[in-house]
Amino acid sequence: MLHSVKNVEFSNESGVLTAFVKGEVDHHNAKSARSMIDRELEKIRPAQLALDLSAVSFMDSSGLGLILGRYNKALELGVKFTVRNPTPATMKIISLAGGERIFDVITDNIENDNT
Amino acid sequence: MSKNECINEIKITFPSYSTNEGTARAMVSAFCATLNPTVEELSDIRCAVSEAVTNCTVHAYKNVIGTVSLAVRLYADRTVRIEVKDKGCGIADVEEALQPLFTTDPEGERSGMGFTVMESFMDTVSVKSSVGRGTKVTMKRRLSPLPVKR
Repeated sequence: MLHSVKNVEFSNESGVLTAFVKGEVDHHNAKSARSMIDRELEKIRPAQLALDLSAVSFMDSSGLGLILGRYNKALELGVKFTVRNPTPATMKIISLAGGERIFDVITDNIENDNT
Repeated sequence: MSKNECINEIKITFPSYSTNEGTARAMVSAFCATLNPTVEELSDIRCAVSEAVTNCTVHAYKNVIGTVSLAVRLYADRTVRIEVKDKGCGIADVEEALQPLFTTDPEGERSGMGFTVMESFMDTVSVKSSVGRGTKVTMKRRLSPLPVKR
């Protein structure tokens, strides 16, 4: 059995659960990200779920499936959903499906963040 | 020298394990990088390859592992031609499969945007398929001219 790397980290502050998705998000890696985020979402039941995509180095339409799937899951649970800090390449894919008309896409000022 | 002369070519075959989606992208990306594409051009090509190969692992060889053939040709006029071929189940209605948001696998959270990504990111995409025999996707993208050196 092939293993997937742990490609999601979480922070939970003031009712906002942020899932920091890292690395390449394709069909192979989306599966583990999906189950990790859903598990955390159901455990914490936050007021808001934010997917932070600033550390995504590659994303194709499987990543779009991951985002839309989490949006639907959040909607089902009555949780507000936002996407944060997509790279230009990631934003190109989101825009193809009109994602920014479905959910909020927020870009923080992270230019000075060297972490 | 003819403008459309093929100047370099690679052919790879690999089993349809989902880990090879990343392998295929990385190989095509490294090969195309020899033409000095822009960051955006390379990112678009990687994405289109990922979509085509993912279709093989998810749809063509659903529940089985089969062989995916990938051929990339670089032409003198800076055209990149990519062919992704499988001997899987085939597509009954190609026109329907090409529609944005169409998917046969909503449970798997497929967005149905694979062919739309290929068509948006490449100049041309052609799909030939035969049920029970397999599918061949051929995509071309002509890279922008290199900046003139001073």
